[in-house]
Amino acid sequence: MDLSILWYLVPSVIMFVCGVYGFVTRKNLIAILISLELMLNSADLNFVVFNRFLFPGSMEGMVFTLFSIAIAAAETAIAIAIIINIYRAIGNTDVREINKLKH
Amino acid sequence: MDITLPILILAIPITMFLVLGIGGVKMSRKLAGVLGICGLGTTAVLAYIVAFTYYFSGDPLFILDGVRQQYQVFDVTWLAFTQRLVVNIGFLLDPISAMMLIVITTISFMVHLYSWGYMEHEPGFQRYYAFLSLFTFSMLGLVVATNIFQMYIFWELVGVSSYLLIGFFYKLPSAVSASKKAFIVTRFADLGFLIGILVLSYFTDTFNFITLTQNPESVLGSTGGATFMGASALTWAMVLIFTGGMGKSAMLPLHIWLPDAMEGPTPVSALIHAATMVVAGVYLVARMFPVYCVVPSSLTFVTVVGAITAFYAAAVACAQIDIKRILAFSTISQIAFMMVSLGVAYDQPIEGVHYSGLGYMASMFHLFTHAMFKALLFLGAGALIHAVHSNNYTAMGGLYKYMPITHWTFLIGCLAIAGIPPFSGFFSKDEMLAAMYANNWVWGAWMSMVAGLTAFYMFRMYFLVFWWKENPHYKEHRPHDAPWQMSLPLIILAAVSCVAGFIPFGEFITWNGEPYHIHLEAPVAITSVIIALIGIFIAFKLYFKENSVPTRLKNMMPALWEAAHRRFYWDEIYQFITHKIIFGIICRSIAWFDRHVIDATMDGMAWIAQRASASIKGMQNGAIQAYVIWYFMGAIVLAAITWLCLI
Amino acid sequence: MDSVANIILYFVIAIATVVFSFLAVTSRKLLRSATYLLFVLICTAIFYFQLGFQFLGAVQIAVYAGGIMVLFVFSIVLTHKPDQKNAPLESHRRFLGTMCAVAGTVVLLFALFKMPLLNGLSLTECLNSATPITMHDIGTAFTGTNRFQYLLPFEAVSVLLLACIIGGVVVARKR
Repeated sequence: MDLSILWYLVPSVIMFVCGVYGFVTRKNLIAILISLELMLNSADLNFVVFNRFLFPGSMEGMVFTLFSIAIAAAETAIAIAIIINIYRAIGNTDVREINKLKH
Repeated sequence: MDITLPILILAIPITMFLVLGIGGVKMSRKLAGVLGICGLGTTAVLAYIVAFTYYFSGDPLFILDGVRQQYQVFDVTWLAFTQRLVVNIGFLLDPISAMMLIVITTISFMVHLYSWGYMEHEPGFQRYYAFLSLFTFSMLGLVVATNIFQMYIFWELVGVSSYLLIGFFYKLPSAVSASKKAFIVTRFADLGFLIGILVLSYFTDTFNFITLTQNPESVLGSTGGATFMGASALTWAMVLIFTGGMGKSAMLPLHIWLPDAMEGPTPVSALIHAATMVVAGVYLVARMFPVYCVVPSSLTFVTVVGAITAFYAAAVACAQIDIKRILAFSTISQIAFMMVSLGVAYDQPIEGVHYSGLGYMASMFHLFTHAMFKALLFLGAGALIHAVHSNNYTAMGGLYKYMPITHWTFLIGCLAIAGIPPFSGFFSKDEMLAAMYANNWVWGAWMSMVAGLTAFYMFRMYFLVFWWKENPHYKEHRPHDAPWQMSLPLIILAAVSCVAGFIPFGEFITWNGEPYHIHLEAPVAITSVIIALIGIFIAFKLYFKENSVPTRLKNMMPALWEAAHRRFYWDEIYQFITHKIIFGIICRSIAWFDRHVIDATMDGMAWIAQRASASIKGMQNGAIQAYVIWYFMGAIVLAAITWLCLI
Repeated sequence: MDSVANIILYFVIAIATVVFSFLAVTSRKLLRSATYLLFVLICTAIFYFQLGFQFLGAVQIAVYAGGIMVLFVFSIVLTHKPDQKNAPLESHRRFLGTMCAVAGTVVLLFALFKMPLLNGLSLTECLNSATPITMHDIGTAFTGTNRFQYLLPFEAVSVLLLACIIGGVVVARKR
């Protein structure tokens, strides 16, 4: 029994669609951010898996994942700063309540 | 001839209009009045000089071998629409325009002077003088027009001035509606005029009067027998042009505006709605007379319309209470007289002479005398209204003691219009009746009857105003003669009315310029005087002293009196046609179509666009999750399509 | 032929990943969601280790599971009362989310299994054919400008992180 590339991609796909589901359904901004992290994580996993199985001799996938982790960290920090700010302004973090700027 | 004077004649009134109209608010009343009177006085003097030069100088330009010529002092291109369609502005001197210059400037000057007293305390005095100047300018431009298009332009301008002056007391709803009525009715008639002008000029390639009238047969030969609804195009053109004249001159059935126009100040009624503007229709027919002679059927039309109107207006005048209305209907009747006279001036060719010409001359003669005595009567009526503050004769009576000047001048005017010698109306009316009898005894007899009616209703008014019984209100408010500004014009016009009949009018004005020697035809003259005296006698018997006969007469035939009093329901008929038929049926259905079909189509499109935008607006609601759904679904679909294609 | 230990590890981690992912997006308590996310991240890190990227796995645990999760927990505690439950999901939202998830799963799995380019190499073969990645290799890759060297993105990320620090301070600052 071989652990081929598909074995790793299937959990990644499921992680990704879980992220999509969460992003679409959740109301809380932080929950949405968590879903986002799931999707990002599945993409990172894909990079690494493709690197390992298709191009075993190089490490570009890994480098990309490193960058991706760095950017994800930055993005999360900023997003959480914004969420806290919003919470301060309107008292909750429900994405459907944040429509003041629309009008 | 030097063109300075003719230009000044037109330029001074329009300058006065601009000066008084723009600067009037800054001026005192006195200054505005003096300016207006001086300006018009200058114009009058210049007009006299021009007219006298024309009639008496003997210059071959004006009179050649004893035949008076038409002379264009100047005629410049104003608008060149196309090669064929060129509109000129010019100054035409011929017997009738020279006469009209005198009439207009004289009456206008009298009215300017009179208004100084009459309008003294009215607000908007300066505006009033500005409008009077505008009217004078327009009317002068109308009579000296060298071509029919220029005439049309000034024709509309006098309409505008008339509108402005009728609505002068714009705070009175009745004045506003009267001015609107006058404008709309005459404008409606002018539509016919314009179409007539276009048809005529389409066939003749010219607007110019001289070209049209010098040799009408050859110019009009080019119509090529075009016909429309059984009548030749030329007949239609002439009848349509006459329609414009019917509107301005208040011929049946377009007369309804003139009685209401009496809402304007009385001097305005004297100037515009008695002496000058309303005779524009007569002037138009006279101006185009040679052309009318080419199509005798249109002249017959003129005659018939005039005859019916004359009788109608005279009958209505017998049952009016408002003295200005009586005078208004009298004006309609007298203008109709002139129309009939013009209409019968065409005769069957006898011994090579195509036109009898008498009717033409008589019509112009009557135009002149009528302008004078009708202005006199209106100004007299103004003095009466000034004194008793009412338009109705029921508020008057027995005034001869209190207002001697007004009384005597008014009597002279009444005698003149009734046709009693030696006052001017006798001569002109006699010539007209002679022309009518010469054409056909039916017209003569009919119009003699109208003349008798005229004498009756004028003296009915005279007796009711000046005799009958004294109104008890005089004790509280004693009426008195008007100030000198108002009395002077009355006296001058009365003097003119006394002597104007002796002017040898035929020497000056005939249809072809050749002198015509006026001679009284004894049978006609005697008959008409007798008829007039009978009319006066009946009026004397009925109205000289207070008695119950008029009331009993009225009660004997209430329906007839009521019908005459209500002007034979013409206003009601118009009301019915416009409101019930045009507004109620035609306009309402058009409005329904507009609202439910045209508007509904537009509304429906707007509704669809609105709904469509509302439904797609939700897609851009800023809800990030909805975006993600769309984005993700789109990506999925694209991926699915890609894979399906690859397989 | 992979070792049985590897296969067992794989199954444990894969099942854990799937289960915790699902729980992370469905749990009604936010703090639990965050915890499940933490487990998912750790599982991913273990995958990285299994695939032979030890450095990457370490970074994943340090940055993600360590740093970012602290931020999450921090913000959750700041904006939520303890034991606060989120309101139940709206049914049409859930329906839409399910539709997206199902459709995505179907299409992506379909794509995966039909993909002709994926080779059938096993993990062991791949690991054997590859040279191990040393820290020296990684350091060289980030500090050079040659082929397969990434100095510029590295510097860009450093600037980005700086901007992010400043931005975070500015945005969240009390005014």
